This record gives sequence, structure tokens and C-alpha cells, in this order.
Amino acid sequence: MNFNFKHEWIETNIGLMAVLTMLAISVGGLVEIAPLFFIDKTIEKVEGVRPYTPLEQRGRDIYQREGCYTCHSQMIRPFRDEKLRYGHYSLAAESQYDHPFQWGSKRTGPDLARVGGKYSNEWHVQHLVAPRSMVPESVMPNYPWLLATKLDISDTAARMKALRKVGVPYSLSQAEYDANVTKFGETVAKQLHIPDAQKNLVEQANFGNYDGDRSGISEMDALVAYLQVLGTMVDFSKYSDDAFVDVR
Amino acid sequence: MSEQKLQSQTVQTTGHAWDGDLQEYNNPLPVWWVYTFYATVIFAVIYWTIYPSWPIGKGWIGGASNITYVNSAGETKTHSWNTRALLLEDLNQAAAEQKPYFDKVSAMSYAQIAKDPEMNGFILSAGKALFADNCAPCHQAGGQGVAGFFPNLTDDDWLYGGSYDKIHETLMVGRRGYMPAFSEVLAGEQIDQLANYVAKLSGIGHDAAKAAAGDALFRSETAACYYCHGSDGKGRKDIGAPNLTDNIWLWANVPASDAAEGKVAAIRGVIANGLNKGVMPAWAGRLSPEQIKVLTVYVHELGGGQ
Repeated sequence: MNFNFKHEWIETNIGLMAVLTMLAISVGGLVEIAPLFFIDKTIEKVEGVRPYTPLEQRGRDIYQREGCYTCHSQMIRPFRDEKLRYGHYSLAAESQYDHPFQWGSKRTGPDLARVGGKYSNEWHVQHLVAPRSMVPESVMPNYPWLLATKLDISDTAARMKALRKVGVPYSLSQAEYDANVTKFGETVAKQLHIPDAQKNLVEQANFGNYDGDRSGISEMDALVAYLQVLGTMVDFSKYSDDAFVDVR
Repeated sequence: MSEQKLQSQTVQTTGHAWDGDLQEYNNPLPVWWVYTFYATVIFAVIYWTIYPSWPIGKGWIGGASNITYVNSAGETKTHSWNTRALLLEDLNQAAAEQKPYFDKVSAMSYAQIAKDPEMNGFILSAGKALFADNCAPCHQAGGQGVAGFFPNLTDDDWLYGGSYDKIHETLMVGRRGYMPAFSEVLAGEQIDQLANYVAKLSGIGHDAAKAAAGDALFRSETAACYYCHGSDGKGRKDIGAPNLTDNIWLWANVPASDAAEGKVAAIRGVIANGLNKGVMPAWAGRLSPEQIKVLTVYVHELGGGQ
């Protein structure tokens, strides 16, 4: 083959040009992303991280529906000011079951990666309904409908099945359930069992009564349950403060 | 015309023509650009040797630059440059600067701190930042609270006690308020009588006849209000039952209405529906013992400390 390279050759073959352009611009991504799949320290080995319960997962869906991520990140960076304000820096392991992750770099509001347990349920409910009644200088919109809207729980199992397809270990069969018992313990494994999804959701919502209203399960129940679990799965008191230095 | 012009140029073209006569010069790159490019290549090589760079197998090249830090176990460690080690170095440095103060906070008693102007200055500034980050969302920037939701920390009315030790306990383990809903056990009329009696206790407008009936109910085994609020209505700090005689209101938003009837209605609402709120989170796991001590003194000094 007479390989006589000419601009003309590429410029007159638009398909070839598209392929070569794609190859050229994918180099930047590939050299940064591909090694992460081979480096064995990408995801820290840490205890306690589990997939969300059905109620928390529904709360997470609402979090995304309302676009909370446009103003709130869930990624505490390893800087002193962030540690003092938000707590321990986020680990990759902590978002391993997040699809999609909520990291982000746009913070109009504060980071929420460790907001769980920081405020009472009651505060969250009031703050979501009327943010300025709690934080006068806040620019957050009001979300009053969360309290008024009944949570649609009919498709809970379907939502968990979808997440299972992208790798979240929600169980369908007995074998998968047993594997979860080994991995997460029985209490958590029960919450991850898809056939019991609706029952588990109702139980957690009634027991937690996150919105302070016992008359039913609102979207507020789900969202507050989700907010209250954020960043609480890893007990950092079990780890030295440099436990995660060697993996970076 | 363009052909004649092109022939007069010494610069080569890329060698093809579009639309018959449209050609493209193949000028050499400007010299400054070429040297800048070479400089960036050299910069990249230097950068690779200093900072973590190329992945190799399951690991990567750590780079020549090191960071030395002291971990919480007191071991001095050196690690190739990364942001997590850098954070520890940064925290060590800040901790070293603050250590004399925090050591003093740990060592001194509350009474000693109160008398030491230098420590007071430190606690005022350190406490202000801690309070703004952690407490102000509920108790508000000045500690004034939110009527109906979060208690005022600047007055001398305390649900669980305003001594240093009690404030410290509240911060460490958190609190949870609870009052049963009396609509389940009392008739509406009885709740109205109790509300009038509670209004009377605080010296606000009430119906005297209803208050007298409420007085008896308060002490009866039917309502048994005195179990928690005491037979004098002054509350019990060990269980967080509020003093009902001081005309300071948290759960019943009494000051919100001007008319006596509205004030009594607010009290009635709390008696009827009860409370399962007033949750204060526990801070023991979130803040260091020294930080909690600083906050204890800061809250005590907001105005109401006992």
C-alpha cells in the first residue's frame, strides 16, 4: 500500500476524520481514568459502607429530582478549612454504591457529604419547608410540597432492580441475600432484599417518623431519612487519622 | 490573479486546492511558540519527577517530593506528596499553634477560665467560629433560638440546666424532648381548663373559673402534670420538663398572639398534641473534647449561664 499521507486524505473523508478526532481527544480522558481501574488502592478498604435502604434510596431519588445537587456537593476535600467545617474528607469508598455519585464542585449551599446526624429531623423538615425560618441569610428555595406529597412507593422494587443492574448489591435470590448477610450482616441484608422492599420502606418510615407526622409517609420522610444517613456509615474513630494517606 | 500572487510567495502551501483555487499556506510556527512548547515539555518531565505521576501496574510513581507529618498515634511519618498527607501536615501546624491554648482549656477548671481574661478572649473567638458552624443553624447566630422550635440560649431559663456541667452534658450526649399528647386521655374541656391554669401560672390573661378547675386537674392522677412539671409548676431539669411559671415560652408560641384567647389556644395546642421533638444532636463524636469545652464556656457566656 502506498501510504502517501496528505491533509486532503483526512479532510475529504469525514467519517475517518470523526474517528481520528475522537481518538485524539479521548487520550486525555483515558490516561487519567483507565489506570484507576487497575490501581488496587482506588477504593479504600473501609468498614460500614452499605447500599441505601429502600426509604433512603427513595429520598435520594427525590434529592435528584429536586436538583439539590445543583447547589450542594457531597465531597469534602482534604483541606483544613473543609475538615473543620464539614468533617473528615470524603472517601471514594463512601460513594461506591452511588449511581450517579453526587460529588460536584459547585457549592451555592454547603457540602452535604456528612450532614447526617448534624441536625435534628425537625430542623430538616422546617428548613426544607421554609429555609429562612431557620437560616435567615439562606438563598435556598422553599420545598413545601415535600411535606404535602405522599410518597409513591409502588415502584420501589423496580427502582432497586434498576440499581442492581448497574452493580448495587440489592438481592433478588436467596443466594444473593446470603451473600449480603456475609458482607453486610443480617440487619442490613434484610433492607437490601428487593422482594421485601416495600415492607422495609414502610417499616423504616413509620419507625423513624422523619417528618414528625404519623398520618402517612410523605416525600419529606424519605428525603430526611436520606439526609440523616449521609456520611454516617464509616466510623472514623476506628481509624487513625492517617489511615487513608497511603492509598493516595 | 490569486495564482500569480501565490507564485510570488516563498511560503509553501499544504498542497491541495479547494473550489479550484482555494489554497492553504503551510507557514512554519512562530519561534516563540515553538520554544514555549519545548519549555512545557521540560516542565512536565520535572513535574513527573517531583509529584506522583505515572501509573505502574497496581501502583504509581510517588515522586521525589515528600511530606512529613505526625499522626494521631504520635508517630512521625514521611510520605510521598499527596493531598491527604498535606492536610495532616497542615493540621499539625495549626494544632501546634493552638495547642498551648487548648492544653490550657483542658487543664483549667471552668471557674479558672471565667477569671482569666486571655482565655476568655480565646474562647470568644474560637467559640464564635464553632458556634456559627455547628449551633447557629438551630439556635441562630446570637443564640436567641427560634420560638416553637429551638430554645433561646441567652436567657436564664434552662430546660436541662444552665450550669457548666449541665451545658457540657447537653453538648456531649444530646437531648430529646417528649410530652404525651393529652387529647388521647382528656376531654377538650379539661385541656382548656389546664391551658387556662398554665396561663395563670405565668400571669397572663385567663378565665379564673377554668383555671381553678385546671389547678385541680394539674395535680390529679388523671392528667398528672405534676409528675414532670412539679406540683409548683416549676419543672424538672433532670428530665427537661420546662418551668411553666416564668412566662418564657418555647413550644407554645404564646408571644405570637396579642389576645389572651390566642395565648391560651397556643398552650392548649401543646397539651392536646404533645411533643416528640426538641432533639439536640450529640456532639461527642463530631467535635473534640476541647472544642466541646470551648463551646460549653461560650454558651454559658451567652448570657444565661448559672
